[in-house]
Amino acid sequence: MNSEERLIYMANQIATNLATDAAPVAAVADHIQTFWDPRMKRMIFAHGTDGLSPVAAAAIRLLADAQNGG
Amino acid sequence: MTYQPQKDFGTPESRSDEAVSLTIDGREVTVPAGTSVMRAAAEQGTSIPKLCATDSVKSYGSCRLCLVEIDGRRGTPASCTTPVEPGMVVRTQTPQLAKLRKGVMELYISDHPLDCLTCAANGDCELQDQAGAVGLRDVRYDVQATHLGQEKDHSNPYFDFDPSKCIACSRCIRACDEVQGTLALTMEGRGWDSKISAGFASDNFMGSECVSCGACVQACPTATLVEKKVVEVGTPERSVVTTCAYCGVGCTFRAEMRGEQLVRMVPYKDGKANRGHSCVKGRFAWGYAQHQERILKPMIRKSISDPWREVEWDEAFAYTASELKRISAKYGRNALGGITSSRCTNEETFLVQKLVRAGFGNNNVDTCARVCHSPTGYGLKTTFGTSAGTQDFDSVEDSDVILIIGANPTDGHPVFASRMKRRLRGQDGRPGAKLIVIDPRRTDIVRSPHIEAQHHLPLRPGTNVAVLTAMAHVIVTEGLADEAFIRERCDWDEYSHWAEFVSQARNSPENLQPVTLVDAEELRAAARLYATGGNGAIYYGLGVTEHSQGSSTVMAIANLAMATGNIGRSGVGVNPLRGQNNVQGACDMGSFPHELAGYRHISDKGARALFEKDWGVTLDPEPGLRIPNMLDAAVDGVFKALYCQGEDILQSDPNTAHVSAGLAAMECVIVHDLFLNETANYAHIFLPGSTFLEKNGTFTNAERRIQPVRKVMTPMNGLEDWEVTQRLAQAMGLNWNYSHPSEIMDEIARLTPTFAGVSFARLDEMGSLQWPVTADAPDGSPIMHIDGFVRGKGKFVVTDYVPTDEKTGPRFPLLLTTGRILSQYNVGAQTRRTENVAWHPEDLLEIHPVDAEDRGVKSGDWVKLASRAGETTLRANVTDRVAPGVVYTTFHHAVTQANVVTTDYSDWATNCPEYKVTAVQISASNGPTEWQEEYEALSARARRVETGIAAE
Ligand code: SF4
Ligand code: SF4
Ligand code: SF4
Ligand code: FES
Repeated sequence: MNSEERLIYMANQIATNLATDAAPVAAVADHIQTFWDPRMKRMIFAHGTDGLSPVAAAAIRLLADAQNGG
Repeated sequence: MTYQPQKDFGTPESRSDEAVSLTIDGREVTVPAGTSVMRAAAEQGTSIPKLCATDSVKSYGSCRLCLVEIDGRRGTPASCTTPVEPGMVVRTQTPQLAKLRKGVMELYISDHPLDCLTCAANGDCELQDQAGAVGLRDVRYDVQATHLGQEKDHSNPYFDFDPSKCIACSRCIRACDEVQGTLALTMEGRGWDSKISAGFASDNFMGSECVSCGACVQACPTATLVEKKVVEVGTPERSVVTTCAYCGVGCTFRAEMRGEQLVRMVPYKDGKANRGHSCVKGRFAWGYAQHQERILKPMIRKSISDPWREVEWDEAFAYTASELKRISAKYGRNALGGITSSRCTNEETFLVQKLVRAGFGNNNVDTCARVCHSPTGYGLKTTFGTSAGTQDFDSVEDSDVILIIGANPTDGHPVFASRMKRRLRGQDGRPGAKLIVIDPRRTDIVRSPHIEAQHHLPLRPGTNVAVLTAMAHVIVTEGLADEAFIRERCDWDEYSHWAEFVSQARNSPENLQPVTLVDAEELRAAARLYATGGNGAIYYGLGVTEHSQGSSTVMAIANLAMATGNIGRSGVGVNPLRGQNNVQGACDMGSFPHELAGYRHISDKGARALFEKDWGVTLDPEPGLRIPNMLDAAVDGVFKALYCQGEDILQSDPNTAHVSAGLAAMECVIVHDLFLNETANYAHIFLPGSTFLEKNGTFTNAERRIQPVRKVMTPMNGLEDWEVTQRLAQAMGLNWNYSHPSEIMDEIARLTPTFAGVSFARLDEMGSLQWPVTADAPDGSPIMHIDGFVRGKGKFVVTDYVPTDEKTGPRFPLLLTTGRILSQYNVGAQTRRTENVAWHPEDLLEIHPVDAEDRGVKSGDWVKLASRAGETTLRANVTDRVAPGVVYTTFHHAVTQANVVTTDYSDWATNCPEYKVTAVQISASNGPTEWQEEYEALSARARRVETGIAAE
């Protein structure tokens, strides 16, 4: 796995484990915001949602929008 | 301070609340009911002569030296076996007693070699002392021939057994039975013929069940059982109380010294974690501290293909600072990072993370706790609100049901295991606690003398969450949940959501049996026992955390404890058993990239402002890189410099090939350690470290207990570790001026609410403190969440079982799980450099007879262990301790490099590596793999020092 593949893997793994949360998308977004360093976040935003599960993809979109929208 | 052994009260302390007053030699004394007359006398300062009694074990009443006269009683009862009674009038010195005692002593001495002057215990022998105390001047009997001139047993590397000096007092046997719980010793024969032996008469100590804890040596009143070190250097002349640097139990010891030489480590009776007991590592395995392979001078080199060049400290600091500055200027400040150590003190750890945050200007700091207990931090913080265990060790004495999951306390946390086993055996008519063990392997505690687990659930590795969810299913669907507790203490909606989830038919034990391989009926019985058996306590270890669902498992454990009301009082709780001595402390001190000291997130403006003001810097509000992310970033070419204190990531972190690629891609790897460890093969700068005997500071054990570490000798390398970090910070232009670690602790206390009341002065006064230490709890907090959870309401979190992606298949049909053993410690850098190698000369692969037969493997054969990540070789041990389909090994020896085969799958929440599950294949082999040979060659090259002589 290279770094980008690993980030995709991690995001999906987080999404799978938080799938039973009451609000999974927000929970995944919050987890990534809390624990990932800025470069990891930038890398996955740049990568887009390819290969991400629906929940992970929605969470990344949410975070990226928050980042851009301010 | 001159040498004084710790006071011996003769019999154990009574825990009764009832007070009894009596008169001894004309003076009145008040003691708890159940105290012996001997102890009552000792408490008022009267020492009654004694031989067979000592306060670590129950009295036995065999020597008849401690006789006293009691008004209204006939004869002369033994004071060690006579409990106090209200109004008793006792006399300890009368002419009649003196005569009787002299007679007893005479008999003993007539059967004892009279070589006191040349005996190793001369001056530290109770027989000698008591002969003096009773005024024995001559012996009227002929020296008996039955007992003298027997062969000594030198087989144990740390102590000798000289049966000729034995007075058959049985203190050693009782210590082994009651304190250690191994029951290795027996007495054969009677009277003058009686003889102590380890196991059968034909066994020596090494060949027996003995685990070399030393309790018997400490209990022995004569030189029969004596430390080899005392024989070699003589008796100690002073002592300093300090804390063991090996495991998370955190035993306190008296370091008994002769000048600057350590003679022996004697467990400290007032140590609240260990209560006077220890294991082989802490008591005996400190020889590494003076090992010839210790590096004492800083060394540098331009490239890892160059030999090392020794330099003076000044040059080392100047060069290191210039390298770090160069890299920061060239690649940006985020190219730098640091790793703190769970072996170093709180103060040292705090300084390393401060150097990273304030000096490097980023949050790229992580700790080796990442690879062991990071899921504990995440899971317990989420559910309870604090990243720590809920109890003190004493709590186990009030437990009725003990559930151990993914932990092997007899090997990993031996002294706590001894206390736990004492509770499991029961005592003084109180029945023992019941035991549930959830572990793929039949660990020692499942069946040991006088202990038999009610339930052992040998689950398939990687299915912890499924097993715990199935237990929750039983508890909820059978109506065993403690709803009153939940309504009062937890969020009811969250509970309902969770209860509904676990109640689903797909989570029943029957439905999950094919996944977990645990018998559904057995699981149901275990769940019922935990929920209804009284005070239920859960203890867990790395078998819980080191999984892709490590954090989920911790939360599943917390759910179970809350659902059954097993939180907030003595005897219950959720207790992580920490691996290394200061894992708890390293986490508390802000070693994680997203958290400041005291578990406050780096994005928390208020917390950040506190540190910014104190340190005079601006902190980066974004989390930094964790160890695996640092290695990824290094491979990507953007992470270039690493300061690694007291940590061997190349050997301890998973997927060795990936770690070495990351390290090799960096321009400046700084290793600060005692030895040229495996990581140092990739280092450019080596800063020699100091041992726990050479520095001041504090460690925090698994029960949140902050304990002093005290310097007993001058650092051989010249500087304590905190001084090294400070000098490096100064060379980088930071204005640090600590003159003592106590000032660092003052800063920690000032910046961390849970440490507000901690200072070295308070620790000296109290001995130890369990955080939180606040205005509300100035003496600390043995038990947490008593009236409510730290986070407010306890949070139930739904934990759905997600199978790991590390799957068995036709090429890799077996599951490898890893662990540790008693005599070795972690990557073994220290214990491998002591006599402890006598017990564990190499890592072995445990394999079930069926799997072994399929592959034509016998015990002792070399086998190749291959996974998708790599392969290694080691020798096999065929045993049914492991289930079919599961193999097991330890990772204490560098040549095995078990982590060559572990993968880089990790916990979803914390990236704690999944050490406990790797799909592997085993095949016959005739020697080391290519990887091992190449690695040995690389190590030899990388360890050259310019003089031309390899340092290791
Ligand atoms: S060293 Fe420990 S285990 Fe061995 S015989 Fe003595 S008390 Fe028992
Ligand atoms: S070995 Fe020591 S403790 Fe054991 S019976 Fe003999 S004298 Fe007593
Ligand atoms: S149990 Fe742990 S802390 Fe205690 S002596 Fe052994 S290694 Fe040291
Ligand atoms: S000390 Fe009391 S009988 Fe030996």
